[in-house]
Amino acid sequence: MQRFILSKKNHITLVSAILIVIGFTSELGFKNEAVAVWTLVIASVLGVMPIAIQAYQALKVKVISIDVLVTIAVIGAFFIRNFEESAIVTFLFLFGAYLEQRTLNKTRSAIKELTEMAPESALKQMPNGEFEEVDVDEVDIGDILLVKTGAKIPVDGTVLSGEGSINEASINGESLPVSKEKGGAVYAGTILDNGTLQIAADRVGEDTTFGKIIELVEEAQDSKSEAERFIDRFSKYYTPAVLLLGIVVWAFSRNLELAITILVLGCPGALVIGVPVSNVAGIGNGARHGVLLKGSEVINDFSRLDTIVFDKTGTLTVGNPSVAEKKYYGDHIDEALGYLASIERESDHPLAKAVLEEIGETTLSSVESTEVVKGGGITATVDGHRIAVGNVALMERENIALSEQAKADIASFEQSGNSLVLTAVDGELKILMGIRDQIRPGVKEDLQRLKKLGVKNLVMLSGDNQGTVDMVSRELSLTEAYGNMLPEDKSAYIKKLIDEEGQIVAFVGDGVNDSPSLALAHIGIAMGSGTDVAIETSDVVLMNSDFSRLPHALGLTKATARNMKQNIVIAVGVVLVLLSAVFFSEWMNMSIGMLVHEASILVVILNGMRLLRYKLR
Amino acid sequence: MKTVTIQLGTLTCPSCVLKIENAVKSLDGVEKESVKVLFNSSKAKFDFDGKKLSVEDAEKAITALGYEVKKSQVKAK
Repeated sequence: MQRFILSKKNHITLVSAILIVIGFTSELGFKNEAVAVWTLVIASVLGVMPIAIQAYQALKVKVISIDVLVTIAVIGAFFIRNFEESAIVTFLFLFGAYLEQRTLNKTRSAIKELTEMAPESALKQMPNGEFEEVDVDEVDIGDILLVKTGAKIPVDGTVLSGEGSINEASINGESLPVSKEKGGAVYAGTILDNGTLQIAADRVGEDTTFGKIIELVEEAQDSKSEAERFIDRFSKYYTPAVLLLGIVVWAFSRNLELAITILVLGCPGALVIGVPVSNVAGIGNGARHGVLLKGSEVINDFSRLDTIVFDKTGTLTVGNPSVAEKKYYGDHIDEALGYLASIERESDHPLAKAVLEEIGETTLSSVESTEVVKGGGITATVDGHRIAVGNVALMERENIALSEQAKADIASFEQSGNSLVLTAVDGELKILMGIRDQIRPGVKEDLQRLKKLGVKNLVMLSGDNQGTVDMVSRELSLTEAYGNMLPEDKSAYIKKLIDEEGQIVAFVGDGVNDSPSLALAHIGIAMGSGTDVAIETSDVVLMNSDFSRLPHALGLTKATARNMKQNIVIAVGVVLVLLSAVFFSEWMNMSIGMLVHEASILVVILNGMRLLRYKLR
Repeated sequence: MKTVTIQLGTLTCPSCVLKIENAVKSLDGVEKESVKVLFNSSKAKFDFDGKKLSVEDAEKAITALGYEVKKSQVKAK
């Protein structure tokens, strides 16, 4: 019976609205008192039923909820035969709850979209060799699964046979499909655009990358900041306090109407819902834009950021050195490139990789009498030619004359922070290559955006030499940049910023060797492409390690923190205005109080919803 | 000891969280410290002793309060 009434809450709301309209028209329009009173009584009784049931259930588990306050208020209104008030208050309360539910679902929609991408079923190979559709929970590690075109990959696994292209947007935000074949790794929640695959399950359920992302976001949206925990504790005692206040007022003034009005006005509605609503909408927006925020404490800290400390390699720069500039001298360059590639192919020097990538396909020859010159480079004989590959010192040692033009080029390459690789064939300089770790495309603009959003200091710490660090720093117009830093130097620097200067600091670095700094900073952001590490160690996860999402993340947390404050102000303001109005004005009554209350709840929810549309201009 | 995650119908008022929390905590066999009711994701999570309590009992306690239970997932700990 109780459940039946609760499940028909929306119908009851509608019926009670109709009855109220009938009641008021018969009273005002037809002056028919009897009909008016009876319809309003029925509307009140009908309306208060679900509320009273909820109140009873709350009391059973020792909670004085809003339902309790409203139920007592409505019963009180019956006693003083104020049926209009009782009918309208119950209707508004029910209707408000209905609207709250609808709008709350909207604020949660972004995160729901994410969780709904979770795979639900899988085609699993049974002992008889046939594939059968089973619930994804029934898949264990080691099971063999079949994935057909258009289906979701149900687990993290390895491709056993077949090939296809997979859209991995759900885990890394990258919309271009990636092709996979035998031995390739596939991830749960990604979609097989075409082809057919047989995969072996490596990780299932919550242990998959996608499972971890979902868990993180779900925990984050309900994680509470210090302020929220305070509100929670406060509201636990607030509602009983309002009840007590009502009783005291009634005991002293013998004015039942005033007492029950206080019960209705004191409802804590907007206060308890305001902050969670901003939180869930903000985190939802982030999830849509490839930014995972781990909870409202993170939002708070991030929004008040003073300083961002960056690691250089792999964060501000691409991470693998490549040929940035090159010059050719004289003719027979193609042959020279072939000789160069032939020699570098046999070297494991870090610059050799960059040189080979730059040259690409070429004719290779066999290399003889190779000699490695320490701190210089390599000399060798290829196809009967004497080749020297290395730095300027090597060229001098080999007595290779450098033209004025070459000298000027060398100076300018060095100035831009390049490491040099010169190639001479038979005592004549042919090729000059400048190799450096290049700045990630777009990073400069992103950093400017961060500054515009109010970050005071952009600092770079790197293990690289000071010259290279200064170069990058100048190009990106950073506030400070220090080279020759070991991981422990970096964490000491961050500790100093936090302890001595009282700054709020974020650290952006790779997830592996910078973990002390990541842990020490208020906000740690790991850029490693290994998604797992990045998710575990970061407070803010940038999907696909996409640096360009950082400004959005910062702007969003600022907007969210602002939104929470607005909601608190609205909620507290409404309660203060209502309570002072009841004591100091004539016009305040239960119905108006309930109306304002429900309206304020909707206002804070709608205000929170604005965050779903937030975009960095 | 087992851990259960119960997916509930949409929770709309933070006081619902308190109600469900208290109701679950009062069940025999539930690890009181572990009870977490997530408002936004509308989920209840807690550890319990499988010998003293079945998931069905916990579900019943929640539905008795007037909240819908959609799905439960139990994991051994």
